[in-house]
Amino acid sequence: MNRQSLFLRISPIASLIIVLALWELTVIVFNIPGYLLPKPSTIFAAIVEYWPAILRESTYTLVTTMVGFGLAVVFGLALGLLVGYSATIYAGLYPLMVAFNAIPKVAVVPILVLWFGIGAVPAALTAFLISFFPIVVNVATGLATIESELEDVLKALGASKLDIMRKVGIPRALPYFFGSLKIAITLAFVGSVLSESVASNHGIGKFMMMAQAQFQVPLIFAGLFVLGFMGIAMYLVMAWIEKRMTGWAHRSGFSN
Amino acid sequence: MQPFIEFDGVDHGYGAEGPLAVQDLHVSIGEGEFAAVVGPSGCGKSTFMKLTTGLQFPRAGTITVAGERVTKPVRMAGMAFQAPNLLPWRTTIENILLPLEIVPPHRQQFRAKKKEYRERAEALLERVGLKGAGDKHPWELSGGMQMRAALCRALIHQPKLLMLDEPFGALDAFTREELWCVIRDLHAETGVTVILVTHDLREAVFLADRVFAMSARPGRILAERRIELERPRDLELTYTAEFQSLVHELREHIVTARK
Repeated sequence: MNRQSLFLRISPIASLIIVLALWELTVIVFNIPGYLLPKPSTIFAAIVEYWPAILRESTYTLVTTMVGFGLAVVFGLALGLLVGYSATIYAGLYPLMVAFNAIPKVAVVPILVLWFGIGAVPAALTAFLISFFPIVVNVATGLATIESELEDVLKALGASKLDIMRKVGIPRALPYFFGSLKIAITLAFVGSVLSESVASNHGIGKFMMMAQAQFQVPLIFAGLFVLGFMGIAMYLVMAWIEKRMTGWAHRSGFSN
Repeated sequence: MQPFIEFDGVDHGYGAEGPLAVQDLHVSIGEGEFAAVVGPSGCGKSTFMKLTTGLQFPRAGTITVAGERVTKPVRMAGMAFQAPNLLPWRTTIENILLPLEIVPPHRQQFRAKKKEYRERAEALLERVGLKGAGDKHPWELSGGMQMRAALCRALIHQPKLLMLDEPFGALDAFTREELWCVIRDLHAETGVTVILVTHDLREAVFLADRVFAMSARPGRILAERRIELERPRDLELTYTAEFQSLVHELREHIVTARK
């Protein structure tokens, strides 16, 4: 491993350590009270102290999020293919989808609770609702940007629209699809935690709400840290899948 | 003898009311003939291609290909454009095999005859000077090599008609001349009918049996010139006075067309 790639490897960890150290130092130097901004060391102590509860609640949130995310992948892919396949369907559905995406999901949670009761179902559905839009848009974009000359080559051979979709459109849309998963997974966490903090008896969202009610500020931050960690972990999983599935699309040496 | 491709009084423009892109085309091309269409840019050369292959249908007049009136994509044309348009997720050989996955009867037999088809593709690759490059991905090939692969893709299903739309426009002069020879030999060996759209007059004269010069929009056929140069033609020919005067003569037509 040469010097440059060594720096590349340690730079994410180094930046994290630097930020935490600056944070710790700022709190000490300016003598900020712990109920406003606890020190990172206090937060880590709280994580260790409440580990069993944190582990239980965050697992719950993770499962809920993944269920919602899974739904988003299935529906997002299907809808994206449909919208990208036909200009008519695109014209018909797009305004509806944009309008739907513009609605703050926090406003939808009470309705979901009304229908499904409090708990995991509205949380998973909120995660689904908030994360499927980027998937649809990306898949549809991938399909819509087929080179017209290539389409001509295939049409002159008598290819049907379905042939063109199968041979060119779908493989071409895959990098867009896998790219969108990275955005969708982080949004899915936003959705499930949002719903949990409004209406649930479980999950890290609820956990943070309880910590707030009891004025346990380090625990609130502990919840944030855990969420941040889960977000990064799932993002990395998606990035890994993306690279594995569509390596051909990542051949540029631009950022090296 | 019935011509292989016949345009009879063809007008065409895009959209219902749009201006005409080509006007009153009368063209007939025999089977196995090598025809070149030259003209200033925007003269409707590409429209001519689309009409011939059934990707567009004329507003007026009729087009007949292989004895049948064109009312749908002709299903037998191999095409290559200036951009090679190879699929980056497929290897070169898989790119070349693509038409066989679409054109009947090959598409039904594709799995069963895969080995035979691969051999056919390998033979074509060798023919265009790309032996052994089949397992590389297109992005690992140079522009000229990609163009060669695109030619193989256009020929793999043994089409009766090969349409080339400025195929060598993006290549350097040496590669271009090499590919002229490749096309020349493929035409001689397979007897395929070729329509080459180009703005390179030397290219047109070197390769074609007949050159059509088109006017600026709306494109009309200004002149039709039979090239009587003996085949097989050698690149040296392009430096002879006879060749130069043909190029000159065509150039006159184009210059007039641009005024």
